[in-house]
Amino acid sequence: MRFLFDQTAEGGTYLGWLMSGLCWTLLLWFVSGMFAFAIGITVGAARTVRYLPLRIAARIYVQVFRNVPLLVQVFLWYFVLPEVIPTAWGNSIKQVAPPWASFYPAVAGLSLYTASRIAEQVRAGINALSDGQKKAADALGLTAFQTYLLILLPQALRITIPTLTSEALGLLKNTSVALTIGLLEITARAEQINEFTFRTFDAFASATVLYLLIALVLHQVAFQVERMLRIPGVSQNNAVRK
Amino acid sequence: MSFDFAAVLNATPYLLQGLLFSAELTLVAMIGGMLLGTFMAIIRHMRVPVAAEAIRAYVTLMRSIPLILVLFWFFFLVPLLLGHLTPAGRSIPLGPKFTAFITFTLFESAYYAEIVRAGLKAIDKGQYEGAKALGLSSLTMYWSVVVPQVLRVTAPIIVSQTIILFQDTALVYVLSLTDFFGAAAKIAQRDSKLVEFYSTVAVVYLLICSMGSELSERFRKKQGYRSPRGRFERAKRMFGIARP
Repeated sequence: MRFLFDQTAEGGTYLGWLMSGLCWTLLLWFVSGMFAFAIGITVGAARTVRYLPLRIAARIYVQVFRNVPLLVQVFLWYFVLPEVIPTAWGNSIKQVAPPWASFYPAVAGLSLYTASRIAEQVRAGINALSDGQKKAADALGLTAFQTYLLILLPQALRITIPTLTSEALGLLKNTSVALTIGLLEITARAEQINEFTFRTFDAFASATVLYLLIALVLHQVAFQVERMLRIPGVSQNNAVRK
Repeated sequence: MSFDFAAVLNATPYLLQGLLFSAELTLVAMIGGMLLGTFMAIIRHMRVPVAAEAIRAYVTLMRSIPLILVLFWFFFLVPLLLGHLTPAGRSIPLGPKFTAFITFTLFESAYYAEIVRAGLKAIDKGQYEGAKALGLSSLTMYWSVVVPQVLRVTAPIIVSQTIILFQDTALVYVLSLTDFFGAAAKIAQRDSKLVEFYSTVAVVYLLICSMGSELSERFRKKQGYRSPRGRFERAKRMFGIARP
């Protein structure tokens, strides 16, 4: 692994390349994750409301964004969007500086795709709650918004923590798709190191170890969160795992 | 802003060829992955010493790293490894097509193994005991009694996983292969008709995968999960929530 400290063509070290890749992966993961979480919860809740048009809209959202491959979605945001919107806007999008020019489309693709998957799990979580919860909220005179915010979502989200964890892990892996539009994240950096040094094994092994480490940390955090949020007296050990 | 979808029509034969490759890759990876995955799940279920642990490590590793990275591993490294085995010590290129088939089969087998393993655990203990009481060998027990039931129970999840697999085959783009997406990307870049080709590709994938989702949903309904009563029973089993 000594090669990690060798000088690159740009003057830094290969370790520096990997670390910069790590930063991009983590940033992309975090930003897309936050958006995906927010959109996913909203859409998932919308799929269970009484108002039909909202339910249909949410269903269409999930259907579309889950059934188009992530790679294609990222390409649509990167290549197609600037062409189909008014020319002035398209031009201003094209003028964004390089790393961010691929970062934003990647965030759009990853968060909307992941949101459609999270929505399905949130919906399953809400449906798994007893009907009595909704009826009691109605009887107390809560508005629909209050019912979701105060009664249904807090319980449903607790149930879905294990699947949300695996979604977070899936999102981490999916961030590597961003390399196809030129974002130099971990996998892209590993490939680049391979090209420059021909240390094929070392390059890809370093990337693999980085992914494994992040996954390990994520599992630990998720476990702690699950324990912190557990409702006393309700067993959630056997919560749904897909 | 004018779009020329006639270009897409002209390229249809090429695109169809690509689609055929995508389908081929999906089919091979699904069948190979299911066979290998079932085999691995059974070994883990039987708790075969060493092998069960090795498979657990393999499945965890495959499920923690991105598919693109796995594709790179196989594309760049396996030729070098094979080269070490031959007397000449020269690397043997596998070619991107072969790499794709091998990688997808091995990668998907890890996911199928987890699905089948969950299914094996969900089968009633009496089935195993009954098979043993009848004097069936372990092989017959799994092959004729347990696995057929597991496949029925896990059918919806297997179908959804296969849809994901079909979507993932687009990633062979990084090996410059001509699958459906690769074919479209090549012509789109040659003719600079990005909008037309990429939107067509998106719609076709949407249609195919929607049909797959519909199939998965049918299987799920067939199992009676959708009736309110069934839903409650299932929720109770899964979450251990008592009726208030």
